[in-house]
Amino acid sequence: MNKFLMATAALALGATSVFADVKIGMITTLSGGGAGLGIDVRDGFMLAIAQSGRNDIDVVIEDDQRKPDIAVQLSDKMIQSERVDIMTGIIWSNLAMAVVPAVTNQNVFYLSPNAGPSLLAGRGCHENYFNVAWQNDNLHEAAGAYANNAGYKNSFIMAPNYPAGQDALTGYKRFHTGDLAGEVFTKLGQTDYAAEIAQIRASGADSVYFFLPGGMGISFLKQYADSGIDIPVVGPAFSFDQGILQAVGAAALGVVNTSQWNKDIDNPTNAAFVETFQAAYGRLPSLYASQGFDTANLLISALETAHPSDADSFRDALRAANFDSTRGMFAFGPNHHPIQTIYAREVIQEGDVFTNKIIGVAFENHSDAYAGDCKM
Amino acid sequence: MRLREPYLNAAVLLGLIALPLAALLADAPFTITLATRAVILALAAVGLNIALGIGGLVSFGHAVFFGIGGYVMGILASHAQTYTPLDLGFISIEGTKSMPVIWLSAMLISGIIAFFIGLLSLRTSGVYFIMITLAFGQLFYYFSISWPQYGGEDGLSIYMRNDFPGLNTLKPLQFFFLCFGLLCSMLFIKSKLQSAPFGLALNAARQTPLRAQAVGIEPLKLRLLAFVISGAITGLAGALFADLNRFVSPTMFSWQLSGELIVLIIIGGVGRLMGPVIGACMFVALEHFLGGLTEFWHVYLGLILLCIVLFARGGLIGLLTGKDGAKV
Amino acid sequence: MRAIAKCKWSFACLLAGAQNFGVSMSAILIIEQILNGLQFGVMLFLMAAGLTLIFGVMGLINLAHGSLYMVGAFAAASVAGLTGSFFIGLLAALIAAALAGAIIEIVVIRRLYKAAHLDQVLATFALILIFSEGTRWLFGSFPLFLEIPALLSGPIALPGGIQYPLYRLSLIAIGLAVALGLWALIEKTRIGIQIRAGENDREMIAALGVDISKLYTLVFALGAALAGTAGALVGAIQSVQVGMGEPVLILAFVVIVIGGIGSIRGAFIGALLVGLTDTLGGVFLPELLKLFMETGSAQKTGSAFASMGIYILMGGVLIWKPTGLFGARA
Repeated sequence: MNKFLMATAALALGATSVFADVKIGMITTLSGGGAGLGIDVRDGFMLAIAQSGRNDIDVVIEDDQRKPDIAVQLSDKMIQSERVDIMTGIIWSNLAMAVVPAVTNQNVFYLSPNAGPSLLAGRGCHENYFNVAWQNDNLHEAAGAYANNAGYKNSFIMAPNYPAGQDALTGYKRFHTGDLAGEVFTKLGQTDYAAEIAQIRASGADSVYFFLPGGMGISFLKQYADSGIDIPVVGPAFSFDQGILQAVGAAALGVVNTSQWNKDIDNPTNAAFVETFQAAYGRLPSLYASQGFDTANLLISALETAHPSDADSFRDALRAANFDSTRGMFAFGPNHHPIQTIYAREVIQEGDVFTNKIIGVAFENHSDAYAGDCKM
Repeated sequence: MRLREPYLNAAVLLGLIALPLAALLADAPFTITLATRAVILALAAVGLNIALGIGGLVSFGHAVFFGIGGYVMGILASHAQTYTPLDLGFISIEGTKSMPVIWLSAMLISGIIAFFIGLLSLRTSGVYFIMITLAFGQLFYYFSISWPQYGGEDGLSIYMRNDFPGLNTLKPLQFFFLCFGLLCSMLFIKSKLQSAPFGLALNAARQTPLRAQAVGIEPLKLRLLAFVISGAITGLAGALFADLNRFVSPTMFSWQLSGELIVLIIIGGVGRLMGPVIGACMFVALEHFLGGLTEFWHVYLGLILLCIVLFARGGLIGLLTGKDGAKV
Repeated sequence: MRAIAKCKWSFACLLAGAQNFGVSMSAILIIEQILNGLQFGVMLFLMAAGLTLIFGVMGLINLAHGSLYMVGAFAAASVAGLTGSFFIGLLAALIAAALAGAIIEIVVIRRLYKAAHLDQVLATFALILIFSEGTRWLFGSFPLFLEIPALLSGPIALPGGIQYPLYRLSLIAIGLAVALGLWALIEKTRIGIQIRAGENDREMIAALGVDISKLYTLVFALGAALAGTAGALVGAIQSVQVGMGEPVLILAFVVIVIGGIGSIRGAFIGALLVGLTDTLGGVFLPELLKLFMETGSAQKTGSAFASMGIYILMGGVLIWKPTGLFGARA
């Protein structure tokens, strides 16, 4: 168990906070293939905590190994044993669905730094649940809108055959007004896309949209780049974050992807974040790191005016979202999901490093399709 | 230190009773949850041990039954919590949140599926049997991921634990004793099976199939029966596991889980009555404590498992009682 | 419709019939998919050959084979990153995997030959854990970069107007070359005779003076080298990350079971069967279902069944021949 104690309680000289200590439980993926995302979220979160200078915040971090039953077990431990006030950290939607409903029903606040399943944004919304990143469909919807703006009329779309993949294509289709040259569901964990690439070649599409998180995306991009097809590719940021870009290299150059954050968003908070993150961890932050950073800052801002033990005040403080976000303006919608701008960015090369550059805006003040179902 | 096996068994059971009680006194409810997890995994492994330890059937797909038990619980409970009946076309089933009904259904359905899988797989032997059971595991796994009706890869959440008449199942200690009671009943059944003619014949068929056949024993029928019983018990464990976590997902079908069940049995001692129980306790304890020490704790877990295989043949029970385990 | 009624069961007529139903297929697409299936198959063969050799000669179930595949990919990625040359990286992969194989054979595997299958499963399962997290410890949690050499990148034009990636063609060529080389090794050399004899009767060849432990280490290292090479070759067009070996391991097991354990020929045929079934099934099942269902659900259902396809194939083969296509009589 990793305990990050900000100036141990025993050594607590100096500033004594007005309120009692706050305990935060972070369950995230720190081992196995998908660990990069969890590590980024954790690092971003802890950077903000360190920068706040507060010594009354105690963060307990555990590894869920991307297994739902371990995540449930850890959340039980955090609530029953560690008695946390607030929980956060989960990366994957299936783990979130396993953990969040029980957590919020036990009067513990949950702030999601990543996973945004549609059920928790709509029918299953809860007053103790806040999502600081996005609703899962958002980046895909933005891609659909970008495709319209770019004049793409005949898209070939592709995602793995599991709920997040199915949601991704639904989101894209919700906003894309053109035709579909093809709609393919691949196998989850598939690594060889030769067959799909051949289909793309034969389909006559003018654009390709895909959602293939993690290693799947790396494989597809490498194979696509080698195939000689030069139909433009669009995707959500999940396949083009800093961690993945280094593994894909030149194969991703020129691809347009949609994200709510990029390192070149022009505001002082973001500039400071990118600089201090790079100084502290020796690498450029990804969107996941920015989400962790923003979640922590939201939390700290709420703690300035209320304590989780007074649930109603704390909830109002969270809703107010009175903090400096790396994205600039930040506001919650009625279902506790962000209303925000989503950018289109392009993969470029800066010296030795592959990164993204904003080339346009896909949406402004975009909420999500499920807010209407939320009866809070 | 050489212990007599029956005393070791008794000690383990007493320890398992004492631990949650102590945790209750120390106000550490999470330890009770951990103990419940160990007991349920032990139950799943006890089921597997009937096929593996007595029957010599190395099933690398027993997670199928674990998952089926879990999904039976998930499907019945989700229909109950949304008040919509399950419409199968020719029959409409009301959901239920009653544990005894769910357990019986889980065992029945797992047993039936075990029958069909066994019928197809038991024609092969050795590593072919291992592989075909693995294949069935993968089949169910991929099917459950792409079946959106019950959550697919996202899984299915059951918000409230199911009901057992007379108990408040949300209280960790009460749920623990429920699972523990089931474990003890299955252990009792297993020991009776082992010494009954069925068990003896099965054991004989495992050790020397030709001689057994010469005496008129039909190995195939015995193995099929053992496989069905084994599947049913693991299915029950699956339903309990889903209840513990209040969540069902395709990972309950994964081959890694099948592998873990085998690992549990080997750690404790193959064929031993309490082998799975000791194995499960050790495994859960290691997972919990090692995980707290370092981010890379899998390396240490692997090293420990390696040492057990290389230096403690016969598992922990073999180590403590000084005898080797059953040769499979 | 009359076109179908008139012609016999020829490939062109099937296509014509399919096109009548509005299914978009063409001969070029089909040939491309067949090539894809072949390429997938020969890479699987590299994994399966090592696995079946190890099981055939030493009677050992080696779950850690997937980890050796990963070791090869990581070695290639790091060395290629340092030297800038893919081919040096490939060589490094071969050497690293062979070394890793030899080391674990000497330290761990050697004690397991007399052990029950179950103990072998546990020990090699433990090795998977050690290798996976150990690799993450050494290399970090983010995937590594490995790219195809410029020499082999890009598509080339094949007869018939087909554009096919040169690298994939080279993989097919390399796979076939390895198959040929293995065949020559097994059939024509002394070591090959020892290996074949060892598959039949271990004690006899020991009695005849062959140094069994050296032979076993050699066979294990050979299998490991094959796996590591496959890892490096495939890693260039896929993702080099922790855990990349496990899915391939399962497929390799399916291959050797279909082909028959201990038979290299069986591994070859089995690998091609699995590669073709998986690739063609994934493409054509949804198309087939689109004849009966609407596009969206046809896609999802077809994709679901396609992922189960090879397991159904394996089940079918085992029911027909319980020891695989070329396996020894039980």
